[in-house]
Amino acid sequence: MAEHTSTQAGDGGRLQAVLSPEDEAGQARFDEIIAQDSRIEPRDWMPEGYRKTLTRQVSQHAHSEIIGMQPEANWITRAPSLKRKAILMAKVQDEAGHGLYLYSAAETLGTPRHVLNEQLLTGRAKYSSIFNYPARTWADMGAIGWLVDGAAIANQVPLCRASYGPYGRAMVRICKEESFHQRQGFEILLELSRGTAEQKKMAQDAVNRFYEPSLMMFGPPDADSPNSKQSMAWNIKRFSNDDLRQRFVGMIVEQAKVLGLTLPDPDLRFDEESGKWIHKDLNWDEFKAVLAGNGPCNAQRLQRRREAHEDGAWVREAAAAYAAKTNEKAA
Amino acid sequence: MSGHETADLDEFQSFGDVTASATRVTPGNALRPEDIAVQGEPPSSEAVAEYALWLGDDALILAQRLSWWISRAPEIEEDIALGNIALDQLGHARSFLTYAGKFWGKTEDDLAYWREEEEFRSCHLMEQPNGDFGVTIARQLFVSVYQYLLYTRLAESADSTIAAIAAKAVKEVDYHRDHAAQWTLRLGRGTEESAARIRRAVEDLWPYVGELFEDQPYADQRMHDDVVAAGVGVAPSTLRAEWDEQIAAILAEAGLEVPQVPFAMGGGRRGEHSEHLGYLLAEMQVLARKHPGASW
Amino acid sequence: MTDTTVWPLWEVFVRSSRGLSHVHAGSLHAPDQEMALRNARDLYTRRNEGVSIWVVRSEDIVASDPGAKDQFFESPKGKDYRHATYYTKSEGVKHL
Repeated sequence: MAEHTSTQAGDGGRLQAVLSPEDEAGQARFDEIIAQDSRIEPRDWMPEGYRKTLTRQVSQHAHSEIIGMQPEANWITRAPSLKRKAILMAKVQDEAGHGLYLYSAAETLGTPRHVLNEQLLTGRAKYSSIFNYPARTWADMGAIGWLVDGAAIANQVPLCRASYGPYGRAMVRICKEESFHQRQGFEILLELSRGTAEQKKMAQDAVNRFYEPSLMMFGPPDADSPNSKQSMAWNIKRFSNDDLRQRFVGMIVEQAKVLGLTLPDPDLRFDEESGKWIHKDLNWDEFKAVLAGNGPCNAQRLQRRREAHEDGAWVREAAAAYAAKTNEKAA
Repeated sequence: MSGHETADLDEFQSFGDVTASATRVTPGNALRPEDIAVQGEPPSSEAVAEYALWLGDDALILAQRLSWWISRAPEIEEDIALGNIALDQLGHARSFLTYAGKFWGKTEDDLAYWREEEEFRSCHLMEQPNGDFGVTIARQLFVSVYQYLLYTRLAESADSTIAAIAAKAVKEVDYHRDHAAQWTLRLGRGTEESAARIRRAVEDLWPYVGELFEDQPYADQRMHDDVVAAGVGVAPSTLRAEWDEQIAAILAEAGLEVPQVPFAMGGGRRGEHSEHLGYLLAEMQVLARKHPGASW
Repeated sequence: MTDTTVWPLWEVFVRSSRGLSHVHAGSLHAPDQEMALRNARDLYTRRNEGVSIWVVRSEDIVASDPGAKDQFFESPKGKDYRHATYYTKSEGVKHL
């Protein structure tokens, strides 16, 4: 409780040549909690690196949910049946909710939401690269649900056990709600795959476009992922990027068969000897370029966010002014 | 922890706070369009089906308008609020259209995607563009008070399906009314800018209010006999006094006046629409129409 | 954006059904208490999670000091005579 009054005694583990006695005790307590695989709560002492890493990770995750609304919102007004329209609307709305759960968790670390939002709007914060690709056809609603949400869920389930309490709790809520997201995507693709030749082609094309980016959602190979080790030591991350990617590939291979669609990967096979899935080399140059801002939709996504923020300023100001006036009256 | 003395304690495990959770989810029981499609009788006459179509079209066009806001609202909390309202309206639309369609052997999607503009029966107010947040709130205020009064009466409809749909819908639009009233108050009493914007929005939309309460579309003999006289539907003029009263009260609290502007002639119930509807339908129907006969 | 237009933070507590306590669900931003309740309804009960909601300004919550955890929560430990399981001689006696 009082998760957001995260003032702490001492100077919060700032890097110092010599730790103060309070910090030393705090660090010892922190290490003990992590060693017991228990949870760190907002008002606990925590190392500055832990706070920074989590603030970055949780807020990036929140930004991804918020930016991730856009490719799907793009099809709400054109959804081809009223049932699909309702499902898609509920899903995009859930993403707004998930963004808020995550901002709420991030704020417990001491950075207010408007500051995090500012970082997003000014392009200083990152979000999941996959949302910088356009949603060109209706089948993309299927591919995003099946592959993108599928990869996200594979990433998120272990995060329910993240050592930071508010993050883990937010993830539990999100994972519960997301169970429908992947299924509805799968069903969209199944309907298309069993539909007309044109529909099936649309579905295959969407899977072709989203397959590789969804595999890259797990992050760079373990050898190139310098921060992973520390995150695992802190019990934030539970499995390595490659392990999660492996698990995901194993799942979608079987699901693709049910869909009657193929994965665009001629190299894809299970290697009995190593017990691992071998997949094509992923285009990490493109990944880095999109991350750096050169994706097809980076500019569009941020512009839309800025517009909503700027167009809404007068509304937020009005509500704040009204609250101030009524408070004055009450006082 | 074994032995008889704890057996009695274990019985407490299913009581009290053991199951307290902030994430326990249930689907909840309520009438769904899918149920209407497979259960119950079709409308008893074409006039009743036509009436359900009017109700469904109003809700559908409004839902289509509101859905645009998701990812564009002034604050993320409001994305969710407007999303909920849009989803409620879409739910009402699907129920009414499903029911209407049963008379003609058509589905909700046949009616939503394969009718031409002049076959739609929505009022012009629903078709008005979203404008800024103030315009959307003013439209919501007018519509939700109207729908609240209408559905309250329809919950007593002689047609049991219309009554059941309205009974669920009235609780939801009651919340929409509250949402719109709260925002009207905050915009009206917020800043100079917000007061100016909401005042303008109320004035701009006022001309389209009159159509909601016109009895003329109900003057048709079949409509009069099968719907109004039969107690299936309501002559909308009978809702006007209460609507005026509620709106005047909300506007007054928000420091706004009831506009003195002329009414616009509306012909939505006859298929004569505003210039906006064509664009809205073009967007809504484009994908479905590219693939005749396809299922999704 | 100035501080006066940033909506304050509220903590949300949800009662999932009658007979149960309100449980902390998370937080949100809202300009005032009426809107906080409504936003909480939309954000935290989209799937029938609740029959009642409390909201409270985050800054109004008073919390125990995590640094003083040991002193604060030590006393009840070791007082196992507060628990039924402490009384083993009555084992086997019915309805006790």
